[in-house]
Parts: sequence; C-alpha cells; structure tokens
Amino acid sequence: MSPARSLRLVALAFGALLMVTPFLYMLSTSFKGQQYVLKLPPQFIPDPPTLSNYERILLRGDFGHYFVNSLLVAVTSTALAVLLSAMMAYGFARYRFPGRELLFRLLLLGLMIPAMMLIVPQFLLAKWFGVLDSLPGLIIFYVAGNLALNTFLLRGFFEALPGELDQAMQIDGAGHWRRFWSLALPLARPALATATIFTFLATWDEFAWALTIITTPENQTLPIAIALLLGPKGTQWGLVFAASIIAILPVIAVFLTFQRHFVQGLTAGSVKG
Amino acid sequence: MTDLVRDASGPKLARHPQRVSRQAGGAMKLWRTWLPPALFIAPGFLIFLVCIVYPMLQAAQMSLFDWKLVAGATSNFLGFDNYIRAFNDPRFWLALSNSGIYMAFTVPPQIILGLGVALLLKDKSPAQPLFRVLYYLPVVTSWVVVSLLFKYLFADRGLINFALDDLLGATDKISWLADRWTALVAICALGVWKGIGWSMMIFLAALQGVPKELEEAAVIDGANRWQRFLAVTVPAIWPATIFVTIMLVIGGFNVFASVLVMTNGGPGGATEVLLTYMYRQAFEFLDFGYGSALAVILTLIVFALSALQLTLFRNPEATPSARRAVR
Repeated sequence: MSPARSLRLVALAFGALLMVTPFLYMLSTSFKGQQYVLKLPPQFIPDPPTLSNYERILLRGDFGHYFVNSLLVAVTSTALAVLLSAMMAYGFARYRFPGRELLFRLLLLGLMIPAMMLIVPQFLLAKWFGVLDSLPGLIIFYVAGNLALNTFLLRGFFEALPGELDQAMQIDGAGHWRRFWSLALPLARPALATATIFTFLATWDEFAWALTIITTPENQTLPIAIALLLGPKGTQWGLVFAASIIAILPVIAVFLTFQRHFVQGLTAGSVKG
Repeated sequence: MTDLVRDASGPKLARHPQRVSRQAGGAMKLWRTWLPPALFIAPGFLIFLVCIVYPMLQAAQMSLFDWKLVAGATSNFLGFDNYIRAFNDPRFWLALSNSGIYMAFTVPPQIILGLGVALLLKDKSPAQPLFRVLYYLPVVTSWVVVSLLFKYLFADRGLINFALDDLLGATDKISWLADRWTALVAICALGVWKGIGWSMMIFLAALQGVPKELEEAAVIDGANRWQRFLAVTVPAIWPATIFVTIMLVIGGFNVFASVLVMTNGGPGGATEVLLTYMYRQAFEFLDFGYGSALAVILTLIVFALSALQLTLFRNPEATPSARRAVR
C-alpha cells in the first residue's frame, strides 16, 4: 500500500471514529446503572453491566405503546403520502392540461416553505378539525407535509418512462387507473422505494408537530416520550439511552437495507435527512 | 381547479377514437382533457391546499392581528404592529443573531469537511461502503436522540470535559450548557457532526460526474493535484456546491429541536434561536399573532438568502456537463 493511500485510510478512520464514538458511548451508557452514568473517569465498558434500563423501558414503562403509536403513524402516513404523491406525479407527468405548470409551481412553493413556519396556523386548523391530541392529527399533517417533495421526486421518474408501453396498454383497452396501477407503479419501484424510505424516516423522527398537538401520554410517539424522559434535574441517562437505542434500531435497519436508494434519493433532489 | 376546464387541447394519451357530433364533441373533449388528470391530482392536491397553502396565507394574515385563541374573543387588527414589535424586541435580535451564529459556524465546516471526506472516499475500495455508512449514520438518527446524546456528552461531568481534562490537561471544568457562547459551541458541534454525512453524500454523487477525460488531459498537461482540483473538479461540482450551501443555510435557520432539547433556549433565553423564540411566543405565551409575524420574517429571510446565494454563486465557467453532474 502506498504511503498516500495509508494516510488517506488513517484520516478516514479517524473521522469515522469521531462519528461513531458518541453512538458507542450511548450504547454503553444504556447498560449502566444510574450511579455510574456520570461517574469520573467515565466507564466505556459498563461495570457492572445491567439490563435494568431495558427492563424498565420494555416491560414496565409504556414504551411498547409509544413504539406502536410511532409505527402506526409512520406506516399509515408513509403509505398515504406515497400513494397520493404517486398519483399526483403521474397526473403531472402523463397528461397535458391547461394550468399544469401553475399547479406544479404551487407545489414547489410548498417545498420551499420550512415546515416550522406553518405550525401556528396548522395548530388552529387541527383544532378546527377536532384532531388535536390524536394520532389522525399527526397522520393528516405528516401526509400533507410530505406530498410536495415526493411528487417532485416521482414526477421526474414517471416522465422518464417510455410512452410506448402506455400506448400499447391503452390500445389493449386498459383504462387510466389500470395503466397507472399495473404499468407505471411497478416500473417506478426504485423511485417509490426512495420516496417510501425518506417519508418513513421523516415521520418516524418527527418531533415539533407531535410536541405541539399531543398532550395525553397515551398518544405520544417515541421522540416525544424520549424527550420527556429529560427530567428537570437528575436525568436517568441510562433509561434515556435504552429508549433511544430502541427508537433508532428500526431506522438503522431500514438504512442498512436500503442504502442504495438513499444515494438515489439524495441526488434526485433536495432531500435532507 | 376550475382553470383546468378552460382549454380543450386533448391530453397526450387519453384520446379514444370516437365519433361524436361537433358540439357534443367539444364537451366530451373538454371532459376527457381534465377529468383523468384531475382524478389523479385532486386528492393529494386538496390536502396540500388545505394543510399547507391555506396555513401559509393564514400565517400572513394572523401576523397582522392580536390573535385571540379563546373562542368568542375578538382579535384586533394591528396592521404591522407585530413586525414593529419584533424590530424593537431585543430578544428577537438575540435569537436572530444566535441563528446567524449557528449558520456561520455550521455551514462552512459541513461543506469543507463533507467535501474533504468525499474526496478521500471517491475512489472505489473495499472499505468505501463501510465508511459511507459510518459517516451517514448521524444523518438518519433522529434529532431528539442525538440532541440528548450531545447534552449528555457536554454535561459538566460528561465525556467532553473528561477528554479535555485528561487528554489536553485543561484543569477548569467548563459548564458548557450554562453559558451562551459555550452552549452555542455545543449546539454547533452537534449540527456539524450530524450534517457532514449528508453533504458528503451529495459531493460523492457529484464527484462521479467529473469528466474523466478532462482529468486525464490535465495530468498530461502536467497539472499538479491542487491545479487539477481547481481547474477540473471545482467547476464540475459547482452546481452541487450551490445546492449544498443553499440547503444548509435553510437548514441552519431551521435549527429547533437541538436547541430545545439541549438548552431550551437557556440560560435565561441566551441561546434562543428564531424558531424556539417563535415557538415560545406562540405556544407558551399563546401570542399567536406575534409568533406568526416572527414566522413570516423568518420565511422572508430564508427566501432572500436563497435568492442572494443563487445570484452570487452563478459561475460562468460551469460547463453544461458540469451542470448536469448534480442532476
């Protein structure tokens, strides 16, 4: 190995260490008893290791319930947002009609507005809908918030599909919906995968909106429940990080499985994780 | 939706060969022009209009009122009073400067370090996928979790103080989160740590688009590494750099969860950023009108900065092929 190459490897490894150390330390702390979490010098390997944090999170706390809430909200929002976005993207890509560009531009405007800017009027809207402090209240606004980006992403993909297949199916007498459902959607699978992953992660991790509208513990999602473990003083760090590990495991699993789609999604447009 | 009906040019693929009288044909054609796309677009677009566009307009409207949340109470029209109030509010300026500081100390490091890692990683090697995953891991982890993690690392008896004490021999313990400047350092450190992987990923993709022939030609011409970087790589990744910069600036002004979790704007409001200040005005003091005015100001700042960057960064040397690199 040339010296330049080994130097490069060392630099990369050093950087990677800085990236990963906080995670490893978090993992280690999740196995520590409360009296050891802020001990000096810090323990990198918990001694004695304990499973009590996980036991309390998994068996005695309501975290199973919060996990189910998060999963329910993320899966439903993702399914709805991706389906509705795919339909819109197909409508914009496959048909020519007056006002098309105007509508699409309006959608792009939604892409530029930071989500937090709308939180006050959206709160009033949710109140008017009667969905404050409910999972549907989360789902509706998560779907709405993810439409613009996904439509933008998928429209490009649908436009790149060859029109001949569509025409052939049309000659065979297939209607608009069948051409969308059994031709365009299966062909767009890679783009749909990208859209699904990003929407799932965004909704799984969402914090501000849930913090705003959820008030009763039984409707909490994981980010809220974890943030609320932060006591005014004397935070139970072992507990916090056991819960955090459980919350990020699905994310890491999804990320490792679909890595390839991440790169595609990032380069396709303005996606920020 | 009604403007879809006005014109009658047929949809690209939706024409069936049918014989109909001219008059009925017009109506049928009209019907066929807008109905199929409308059925595809309407469900999602209606949600978008109700939950995004309408609140956008309402935010602008609310910012002109002393908005009363209580049912029955009348909201007074204030005109631009909420904006004038912001202008005279020292806490607003403090929050604005904190947001600006956050931006200034997170955007350049993310670009430089992200590009640096991407340059080191761009050649295919057995270790490349592993490094890519490790650098990207913080990006996919939720803000709440990493903010708690950094709060723990920067605690008085935390790992950072231990490392400074033990490795660098600093004797004074720093109460990182108890002072404005050190707390901002901790918050910025989190922002950079979490964001490097994202800009690395964008730059990695852009570097794939650097034309190989140009690189080889530059080698033949005797250009050294640095000259090749400036003459070949930089123009090719310029569009990606613009994209990354704009997104990071927008992201910098959107910092919220990390501040809320790490310092909650404290001590005494000293680390409040625009979004936490806006959020507090609206949901703690229930001053929805003032909160909306702050939201509108922030939106205008973000738009103005994006437009400014687009004009500043326009590079005449960027070739068409370079521009394509980021697409």
